[in-house]
Amino acid sequence: MSDTPTAASPTPPAAMLETRDLARFFDVSRPALQRLLSREGRRTLRAVDGISFAIPKGTTLSLVGESGCGKSTVARLVVGLYGPTRGEIRFDGQSLATARSDPAQRSRMQMIFQDPYASLNPRWRVADIIAEPLRAFKLVEGRDAQQKRVGELLTQVGLSPLDAQKFPHEFSGGQRQRISIARALSSNPEFLVCDEPTSALDVSVQAQILNLMKDLQARLGLTFLFISHNLAVVRQVSDRIGVMYLGRIVESAASETLFTTPQHPYTRALMEAIPDLDMTGRSRIPVGGEVPSPITPPSGCAFHPRCPLANDRCRQERPELRPSLGAEVACHAVEEGRAILS
Amino acid sequence: MSLLELRNLRVEFPTRRGTLVALDDVSFSIAPGEVLGVVGESGAGKSMTGAAIIGLLEPPGRIAGGQILLEGRRIDNLRYDDMRRIRGKQIGAIFQDPLTTLNPLYTVGRQLVETITTHLPLNPAQARARAIEWLERVGIPAAAQRIDSYPHEFSGGMRQRVVIALALCAEPKLIVADEPTTALDVSIQAQVIALLKGLARDQGTAMMLVTHDMGVIAETADRVAVMYAGRIAEIGPVREVVKQARHPYSAGLMASIPPMDRRVDKLAAIEGSMPRLSAIPQGCAYNPRCPRVFSRCMVERPDLIPAGPTDAACWLYAPGAPA
Ligand SMILES: Nc1ncnc2c1ncn2[C@@H]1O[C@H](COP(=O)(O)OP(=O)(O)OP(=O)(O)O)[C@@H](O)[C@H]1O
Ligand SMILES: Nc1ncnc2c1ncn2[C@@H]1O[C@H](COP(=O)(O)OP(=O)(O)OP(=O)(O)O)[C@@H](O)[C@H]1O
Ligand code: SF4
Ligand code: SF4
Ligand SMILES: [Mg+2]
Ligand SMILES: [Mg+2]
Repeated sequence: MSDTPTAASPTPPAAMLETRDLARFFDVSRPALQRLLSREGRRTLRAVDGISFAIPKGTTLSLVGESGCGKSTVARLVVGLYGPTRGEIRFDGQSLATARSDPAQRSRMQMIFQDPYASLNPRWRVADIIAEPLRAFKLVEGRDAQQKRVGELLTQVGLSPLDAQKFPHEFSGGQRQRISIARALSSNPEFLVCDEPTSALDVSVQAQILNLMKDLQARLGLTFLFISHNLAVVRQVSDRIGVMYLGRIVESAASETLFTTPQHPYTRALMEAIPDLDMTGRSRIPVGGEVPSPITPPSGCAFHPRCPLANDRCRQERPELRPSLGAEVACHAVEEGRAILS
Repeated sequence: MSLLELRNLRVEFPTRRGTLVALDDVSFSIAPGEVLGVVGESGAGKSMTGAAIIGLLEPPGRIAGGQILLEGRRIDNLRYDDMRRIRGKQIGAIFQDPLTTLNPLYTVGRQLVETITTHLPLNPAQARARAIEWLERVGIPAAAQRIDSYPHEFSGGMRQRVVIALALCAEPKLIVADEPTTALDVSIQAQVIALLKGLARDQGTAMMLVTHDMGVIAETADRVAVMYAGRIAEIGPVREVVKQARHPYSAGLMASIPPMDRRVDKLAAIEGSMPRLSAIPQGCAYNPRCPRVFSRCMVERPDLIPAGPTDAACWLYAPGAPA
């Protein structure tokens, strides 16, 4: 939304959020008895495996990638809902643990969840759901002031102040998602993690919400970590984009750079799978090959079983992120100049 | 004959503040092998229409008028048990909310095997093999290893694929799919859509597909219904509705699709918001937001009338409308 800082800027802008070598593993072993009977060991799922990024204040970083690649896990890590297995998270210059222990700091970050059903307490009225952060952080004193703020927030997301007295089950899926957006905005957070915030909304309400986000960013300098499968939406809101594959970032670039010159073979395949409105009746090309298992990831580059450019080196050696044409790409072919950009 | 037919369906919600009409005079039909896409404003009644068809309206919601026919037989007045049998075997449902379909206490495999053995003549071992097959068809990696996982151990998109497998594994004639691909990335989405289309083409399965994703609509649907405030605003062939909508609401909706090929400062959106069910304006429900509103729109409610290749509920297509 704002301009991405270039290498030439005198001092790098302060990061609102920074991660270094962030990882989170899950133990997905079968119960001990079954394991014993079938003589299998423990199984570890590497949902996020060594991710580093920084989001400068007032900008938006988007994470994209296949279902199951670890986006929501990153989101949950950076707001402290999961503890990291490895690595470091810093929020506005302090460690996340320190920030989370201070209510004043905690109120500066909020999250909009992928699943609006699971995130709203069904026994609370909408007014109480939205006002909960206001009360928890003692931001607005007095019933009247609270009611007024709740009404404003509902109007901002295209609902009515009269909806405040209803319960979540009285709303459609998209209306519930808007309630969770209103709730996340209620404490005037400076950093907002949005996990698929608009995928339950029709395109017109989606446009209203995205315009609201852009407007808040322009006026108040909000910082966003944004997750979406809809690449058209991602293009509209992002300053930078990280493309994830099996728990790692495989390409990271300024938004327009990524869309105009995608370099990693996976990024390019992802762009080709975008649905095209003009193709009525025809099919698009899905990324070929099997989605690998995150429990037993392929050796070397995890994308090699599906990559048209894979060779022996790819099967043995895991590529690291390296600068390439104004982006960062983890691919041997790109590094060796074998990946011809069309 | 149509596989599914809705005739003047009306759904009401009695509340303390009076009766809300959530669906008002909704009629359409779907032929075998046909995919009807349903789009429209959030809260317009798309999920409600699907819930009415599969007999799972949440009380106090109730069908207050009209009929629902499956292969010519009424199913809106069946007893709960009869409807439950139809729901498993003849109608497969994919809900917007995967958590309502999946039981968090049972493994994914157990839930699939149960559905398969209830509706198909297979023994448990065959059913398990079939379950793994379905998980593979919906794109779950390492299906044989992960079949014994619990729903919470799957990502959002993977849970949704399990729900899709559950709806399809009994091989129903009609699929009611409410935002089946919303949680899926473009690549898995393409795979699931190819699967659903294949079922429609090869097995003659009919499908009502509710989605906000116009790309999915453009690729999958044969016809599209656009809903607004509990009614159908427009219905017609997919290309006509997406490319050249006749109803001003459909046109505004299509104009709000974010562009893929460039970034814009402010996205186009329809001004204002849909009226609450308790405050639907007189005349055309879209009149407070409509750029083409005229006098008749304020007093008389439009029904669907032919508007070229589509049908639109709009007075612009009635004789005597302003040019
Ligand atoms: N609590 C958990 N226990 C075990 N495995 C988990 C848990 N949470 C996530 N996973 C696994 O971690 C991987 C990453 O999941 P995550 O939810 O982060 O994916 P995602 O990128 O958000 O996918 P989607 O686009 O489908 O939402 C998946 O393989 C998932 O099954
Ligand atoms: N239990 C209920 N009591 C009262 N009103 C309800 C109830 N459930 C739903 N509604 C209302 O009925 C209308 C239709 O809801 P429905 O879920 O069908 O919308 P939808 O078109 O599926 O929207 P979305 O795209 O957001 O999922 C909404 O305005 C909603 O507020
Ligand atoms: S490292 Fe090799 S396998 Fe991996 S994306 Fe690059 S070319 Fe393909
Ligand atoms: S009937 Fe009138 S208000 Fe309604 S959509 Fe048509 S022109 Fe607009
Ligand atoms: Mg997710
Ligand atoms: Mg719905």
